[in-house]
Amino acid sequence: MTSERYVFPHKHLLGIEPLSPKDITALLDQAQAFEEVCERPSIKIVPALRKKLVVNLFFENSTRTRNSFEIAEKRLSAEIINFDADTSSLNKGETLIDTAMNLEAMHPDLIVMRHSAPGAHTLLSRHMKASIVNAGDGSHEHPTQALLDAYTLRKHFGRLEGLKVAIVGDIRNSRVVRSNLWLLTRMGARVTLVGPPTLVPQEMKATWPDIEICHDFDEVIPKQDAIMMLRAQFERGTGAYIPGQGEYSRFFQLNPARMKQAKKDVVVLHPGPINRGLEITSDVADGPNNLILQQVTNGVPVRMAVLYLLSNPHGEQVP
Amino acid sequence: MSPAPGTCPMDPGQMESTLRQMAADLIAQVGPQEELVLLGIRSRGLPLAERLATLLRASTGAQVPVGSLDITLYRDDLTEMVGSPIVRPTEIPFSLKDRTVVLVDDVLYTGRTVRAALDALLDHGRPHRVMLVVMADRSGRELPIQADIAGVRVEVPKGHRVSVRMKELDGEDGVTVETC
Repeated sequence: MTSERYVFPHKHLLGIEPLSPKDITALLDQAQAFEEVCERPSIKIVPALRKKLVVNLFFENSTRTRNSFEIAEKRLSAEIINFDADTSSLNKGETLIDTAMNLEAMHPDLIVMRHSAPGAHTLLSRHMKASIVNAGDGSHEHPTQALLDAYTLRKHFGRLEGLKVAIVGDIRNSRVVRSNLWLLTRMGARVTLVGPPTLVPQEMKATWPDIEICHDFDEVIPKQDAIMMLRAQFERGTGAYIPGQGEYSRFFQLNPARMKQAKKDVVVLHPGPINRGLEITSDVADGPNNLILQQVTNGVPVRMAVLYLLSNPHGEQVP
Repeated sequence: MSPAPGTCPMDPGQMESTLRQMAADLIAQVGPQEELVLLGIRSRGLPLAERLATLLRASTGAQVPVGSLDITLYRDDLTEMVGSPIVRPTEIPFSLKDRTVVLVDDVLYTGRTVRAALDALLDHGRPHRVMLVVMADRSGRELPIQADIAGVRVEVPKGHRVSVRMKELDGEDGVTVETC
């Protein structure tokens, strides 16, 4: 465990990129303490964020991330305001900064935001006193997803260092991948990106030189400790990069035939929502090696840890 | 007694005999029908609770379950703190319902830690009753809370720190008084 004198040095969680291995370990260790709260047979609520106001500001659709944050906030006893883009003045032409300044006037302590523009959170953090939590910004970062993936892997294997993890699918359009690459490489895991050449940009090796890129899923499978399947995001334009869904499934679907090539104790992750029969078959998604619903369960204590560590500002914070 | 700073109200050799006396007092105060569990408040309450459990087993043969409680999330000054303190795990792998819960801590001073511990443990279940056992009972209460059993009573004014040292965490046993 981290020592009790450690203080989380960041004011915001804009992404995984600014975090040190020590910060990541602190977040995962805190999540462990909050998992105890979530697993209690009796009262699953602690007064840690009492009197703190949290605004959930979602400019993009999200069901599970938003629900997970809201459960985390409720378990910490925070006051919650849900601010939906649909019902706001954004439809009347208000800018992001104007919306933010109006929220600021209500003195929130934390703002959990999802926005389609990469960097929207960084912009907001320069204009607000509140701590900003990135709940997904375009194809840039989705830090709490990477933290819950890492938490799930660390809980299962007892470590992240040296783990062989394949991330498979639409790498190009995925914010989950970018956050996971920062996190997993920083913690010493060995990551292989897998997908068709059009969906796995070679330039990613410039940012993360230690990763491997492979376009042959079958070649990669036998060596992995964990396989993280990504959602084929046809609504975000995956379709423009591949010949068709049938061809995609033939080469990159995780199915029983491919599972036979994997280590017996390999684990399968997926950030959801899954396209059954497209990137993964139902018998694998629901099979004995899957940790998919555990990822969802672990999302709550991980987000509690993030909110808690950001909730008490201190003097020498960095973004 | 009013020990001067730098003195030791309890030296290393005295801790074990004091604990034995505390265990005997506990047995005397608990009825035959009561089911005991010990909850150590982190950090130093936990090794104290474990040692008490060993002594209780030696004298009664009963295996008393020991759990740990981290009270950070229940502190009354948490939302005003500068930086969030790291929370360590609370481990209560047994039911508290209808049990006699013995809270164990190193130093009782303002009473605020014990207030937080009471809130924390009541979120885990409804015990039959709760007792408080501390190694050092120091004056300066800010809440109406008192110990059922105390190893040593220490009268020092504000501006002093009373510390319990445990060989499990600090290398040797003892109670010390220092100026802050």
